[in-house]
Parts: sequence; C-alpha cells; structure tokens
Amino acid sequence: MTERTLRILVGKPGLDGHDRGAKIIARAFRDAGFEVIYTGLHQTPEQIVSAAIQEDVDAVGLSILSGAHNALLPRVCQLLKEKNADDIVVFGGGVIPDDDIPGLKQAGVSEVFTPGTSTDSIVQWVRENVAPRA
Amino acid sequence: MSLAQRILDSDLRAAARLMRDLDDGFRSAAEEMKSLYPHTGRAFILGITGPPGAGKSTLVDQLTAAYRQRGRRVGVVAIDPTSPFTGGAILGDRIRMNRHAEDPGVFIRSLATRGHMGGLSRSTGDVVNVMDAMGMDVVIIETVGVGQDEIDIVRMAHTTVVVSVPGLGDDIQAIKAGVLEIGDLFVVNKADREGADRTARELSAMLEMKQTKPGDWQPKVLLTEASRNKGIEEMVDEIEAHHAHLVDSGALERLREERSARQFMDLLRERLFAEVYDHIHVNGRFREIVEDMAARRTDPYSAVEMIIAERFTGGQTPNS
Repeated sequence: MTERTLRILVGKPGLDGHDRGAKIIARAFRDAGFEVIYTGLHQTPEQIVSAAIQEDVDAVGLSILSGAHNALLPRVCQLLKEKNADDIVVFGGGVIPDDDIPGLKQAGVSEVFTPGTSTDSIVQWVRENVAPRA
Repeated sequence: MSLAQRILDSDLRAAARLMRDLDDGFRSAAEEMKSLYPHTGRAFILGITGPPGAGKSTLVDQLTAAYRQRGRRVGVVAIDPTSPFTGGAILGDRIRMNRHAEDPGVFIRSLATRGHMGGLSRSTGDVVNVMDAMGMDVVIIETVGVGQDEIDIVRMAHTTVVVSVPGLGDDIQAIKAGVLEIGDLFVVNKADREGADRTARELSAMLEMKQTKPGDWQPKVLLTEASRNKGIEEMVDEIEAHHAHLVDSGALERLREERSARQFMDLLRERLFAEVYDHIHVNGRFREIVEDMAARRTDPYSAVEMIIAERFTGGQTPNS
C-alpha cells in the first residue's frame, strides 16, 4: 500500500505574539519531510480543533509562551475528544514549568517540550510517537 | 459504513479522511469516489491564481466571507509547494482564513503540490469533487504562487481570476503568453500602492488588443485592497456575472464536458502507466531494458513499442 505523508498542525493558541519558536519547529518538520499546516498566531482552541479535523492531521503541536498553557492545552484535548478526534496526538512547547507537566499529560497532552530542547529531538519524538493514522 | 456514505451524512472527519486517501494515492479512494460521483457536478468552481505574495489567500478569505453573506456554502482548496529536497511542506494559506474555521458552512483544505507541476496538486480535482458532494455551493481553488506558465487552473475552474499587484514589470510582461491569457477577470490587489492604476491600465490595454467576437466574454480589470475588504463586493458581482454568462451562452456545459474528458484521460493515463510499469518492474523487464539502453543494444523508442505490444496486442508490434 502507498505510504502516508505525516501531516502536523503547528499553531499558537492564545494571546502571546511570539511565533519565532513555532516557525522554527514548522521549518524543522518541513525539513523532516512532514506536511505542516501552519495556522499562525492568536488561535482559539476551537479554531485549532476545527482546522485539525478539516486537514486530517496526525498531530497538533502547540507553542505557548503566555503562561496560559494549563487552560489552553487541556481545552484542545477536551474539544478533540468531544469531536471523536482524540486519536490526533497533541504535544506542546514553550515556557512551561516542570510542575505543570504531569497535569498536562493527565489532561491528554502526549509530550511537553521546554526551552533548550533541540529541534532534532522533537522531530525524533514525532517519528517515534506519531504514526500516520491508518 | 463507507466513507462516501458518511460524507453524504455530513461527517466532516470522513470527508477529511477521503481527501487524505486521495492525496496519498490510495486505491480504496477510487471505490469511494465511485459512490460520490453521482452527487457531484453542482458546485461552482472558482480559481484564484497569481504570483506569490499577491494577496491570494487574503482575497480568498474575503471572498469566502462575501459568499457566506450571500448564503452560499464555501469549500476552499489552498495549494502550497512541496520542498523538492525533503518532500515536506509548510501550508500557510489558512493563516489568512482562520475566522472561518468554526463556520459549519465553510470547509478549508490545504494541499501540497507533491511534485506536480502546473500550479495544482494531482489530487486537486478529486478533492474539489469531494467538496462538491459535501454540498458546497462554491469551491474556491487557490493555486500555488505562479510564474508565467502554471495554467492547470483554467482547466479545473469555471471562472479563473488572475491576481496581480503593482510593480511586477513593464507592459511587455502583460502581452506575453501564459497566465495572463487565462483570466476571466483580472484583479490588481494592493491597490493602495503606487503604480496600481498604471498596472490596471496596462492589463486593460492588453485585453483590448485581444480579438473578440460579438457575444464573447470581455474580461474586466478591477482594483482591490483585500486586507481592507475594498473592492470585494464588485469582484464577487463580476464573478457572478461571468458565471451567468457561462450559463446563458452554453459555455458552462462545454466546460463541464471538457473537465470530464480531462479527468477521464488523466485517470486513464495514470492507471495504464501504473499497470504497465508495475508489470515490467515485477517481471524484471524494466531493469533489462535500462541495461540494454546503457549498452546501446536497444533504444527507448523500440523498447516502448515492444512493451506496448507485449502488454496489449499479444506480441504484435503496432506497425506490423
């Protein structure tokens, strides 16, 4: 059977306007051979989930530097579940305190990348943990 | 339940999945398309093309809003290039269209060219058909940023809008062949910029030189500022006028026929090639032929004739 190309949505939920990190990740995914749907700044969780469904992505990667991660990331996971789309993997990155990570994972976030993580290790994690859905 | 049945029951995930299967070239997708095909042929297909950075995505966003106001359901197929080196792509057209993300009357799909030339992806026609079957009244196709010769859109769309911006070149650019010949409507976007009027004048002059018969459609040149929603209503009116012209003149029927013929030929070409290629790949003939060519024991012309004869006429060459 023909091989799937991995599709990943990269977006920035919430109100912070710092998209450099998200763009670097998008570029790294492109260079890894993935198709990146880049939705840009100031997204609501509802917009992100709707885009993820329309684009049939395998994973959603969200960059948050505003401190609102404890609200936004679980909300995305919850909305995906409501739409029967929680087979889509959610991961996040940004300035996220270690103490918050267990709670985020509990809420359905598969992995959280904190400052200093190399793009290579994020690509590696995606390759190992995100399978194109059959 | 089949994907096709779920799509007809308004299941968005099924539609998104079938588009993926089509893009990835899954054979199962052909089965689903067989069931969907009777439900297609109703949507109006609008093509938006133009160079990178002309404002195509912003125009599509505004057009979508305008069509929604007129009560139409809108599908958008937005195409961006695939990296020739890694096969990856950054599909960024949605950035300009996020406000429609939650509108159930809008479905937006980003596609990568995946090596296909001509400004569209190989899957574009099929994805448009899925949106058509979903009940979208208008399907807008946004091509990759084009240069001078990527004109597949004209064979896919009922109405093609060519978007230009001020300052791209002198008036000789406007009389060259290619993209500038295919517009049913020309839009000079970013009209607040210096030189917009001049660009519009040069395009108009080029259009006036075109030989036309009475009753032929006369493409207009409009000025827009998509980011400030200026000129959009006029643009939609002009698109609707072209559509009415297509219906009244019978040209729409002809376009639909051409599109059907094209789709059939494309599919036939693809499947015939795959059929023959898979066969000679498995039985080793492909390797043999390439080696024979390297040693000049055969040439590609004779090899192709031989393979066609073997596969289709039981060993007789076409000329014998």
